[in-house]
Amino acid sequence: MYGKRLRPLALTTFAALTLTLVLAFFWAPDDANQGFLQKIFYLHVPLAIVTLCGFVYAGLAAIAHLRTRDSRWDMRSYVAIHLSLVFGVGVLISGSIWAKGSWGVWWDWSEPTLVSFLLIMLLYATYQPLRFAIEDPERQARYASVFAITAGAFVPINFVIVRLSTAYLHPRVLGDISANLPGRFQVVFYLSLISMALLWITLWRYEMTSKHAGAQLRALRRALAGDEDESMPRRSAVPTLNVGSGAGGTRAGGDSVGAAR
Amino acid sequence: MSDAAPRHPAPRARAVLLALLRKELRVELRSFEAVPAMSLFSVTTFVLFHFALQRNALSGDLASGVLWVTLLFAAMLGINRLFVADAEQGGFDGFLLSPADRSVLLYSKALTLLAYLLVLELVAVPAFALLLLGPGLWPALPSLLAVLALGDLGVVVIGTLVGALAVRTSVRDLLGPMISLPLLVPVLLCAARATSPVLGAAGVGALPLRWLLTLALYDLVFALITFAVFDFLLED
Amino acid sequence: MIVPGLLEIPLHEAVPYVAGAYTAFVALILIYLAIMATKLSRMERELGELTELAESRRRAGEEREEL
Repeated sequence: MYGKRLRPLALTTFAALTLTLVLAFFWAPDDANQGFLQKIFYLHVPLAIVTLCGFVYAGLAAIAHLRTRDSRWDMRSYVAIHLSLVFGVGVLISGSIWAKGSWGVWWDWSEPTLVSFLLIMLLYATYQPLRFAIEDPERQARYASVFAITAGAFVPINFVIVRLSTAYLHPRVLGDISANLPGRFQVVFYLSLISMALLWITLWRYEMTSKHAGAQLRALRRALAGDEDESMPRRSAVPTLNVGSGAGGTRAGGDSVGAAR
Repeated sequence: MSDAAPRHPAPRARAVLLALLRKELRVELRSFEAVPAMSLFSVTTFVLFHFALQRNALSGDLASGVLWVTLLFAAMLGINRLFVADAEQGGFDGFLLSPADRSVLLYSKALTLLAYLLVLELVAVPAFALLLLGPGLWPALPSLLAVLALGDLGVVVIGTLVGALAVRTSVRDLLGPMISLPLLVPVLLCAARATSPVLGAAGVGALPLRWLLTLALYDLVFALITFAVFDFLLED
Repeated sequence: MIVPGLLEIPLHEAVPYVAGAYTAFVALILIYLAIMATKLSRMERELGELTELAESRRRAGEEREEL
């Protein structure tokens, strides 16, 4: 049951986000160098951290999947990657806007965070095509888990290497994540980090609930319609959850249109 | 883990490995699928670069970049071919039915890919020196070989894993490069940075050890990962 | 934070950038939620159909019993 704690979670997230925004814009002082533009920091950096953690979590869930062969872990991994991809787009967009405001260019190769993110997004963009290209659900889940583990290991390593590579040219780091932020900056930063993490978790649960409900719906349809079921099982990139009494998880159950989600 | 059948003991891993390698060699010699294509592709690419960059001689960063990108793309061709024969002709099933240790397949494929790359470089590097490289090849050769060795290891480790991952999908020729190239960017990054001073216009510069070290560590980490997850790809 | 090569942005010029970044993010999340909402409504419709199917089965079963 994924929907149980969804309401309190959502409310907490909303409260945290609102508090963060209020404090960021009305309590935290303007940065000495960047002025008002620095406020993007409270969006971009927590977004980046949460996205990366999401990808790593997906790798961990994939390890659990390979060990237990429980399709629920595969679904957790899938949803985590999916959500982190969405957040990752947000990182690239917010980072790009910040770069434009700070240095007048939309893209700069010497910004290590953005460059790392570009690479990571290019890699994870292949996750869905990979899944969709494998018809057998069990093999699809297994191969996807192998991918998620490899990619999950790649995330931190790639980050370090790209940072290394830009360190020897003139690095133009948009925001320093380290703790040498003075007083109020630090408070708002950690608050925004918590809020963003809560947002990710809430949306993750939200999507898990939706996928789980969809799987139960399909099981119900199979139970009711039985032989008369005319709906053709369509190829899908979405993991098939095994729900219901022995409802076969081996059919390439169709969810939504094709490979969408 | 190899299961010992009641009467016959499991074959020693080394014997199996050698047998597999002999098979790969025989298949390649018989059909000449991968290596000639890779080599020809690299030479053609050098020609393309000449016309695209409108240069007669390259050195330093540009030479390093052109060489490594060409090698990487040629390697993509090899990775695509690495598992195709097995997937299409049931080689996987044959192997899985045997009592041999599963990791041996990984080693055999990895060594085969390494062999492909070595032969490729035997053709591509002299061709590069002939067609595009400004400074002479001989003084740069020892350092260049060191970088090539580490770079090849990286390509082999990631290529074997991704090759196995992509081969039993419906779009294997597309997925292979799509997945391996981002994973290979750090390899490319370190290798190119290490090679640039070696191919410098003003003479062979010092080999930057930090990039070699980073590359070696990257190779090690992904070798471990490949070793850990490869078995899961072979299960059925 | 000392960042080399930084432009001095006056307040009124910085606001569009900050607003743009936050708006883009909100839009992203809203699009995501909208797509999920579409799926939910489709699920609701399917659930309705299945309920009808179950109902009709039940009624048919009762009618057969009466005979």
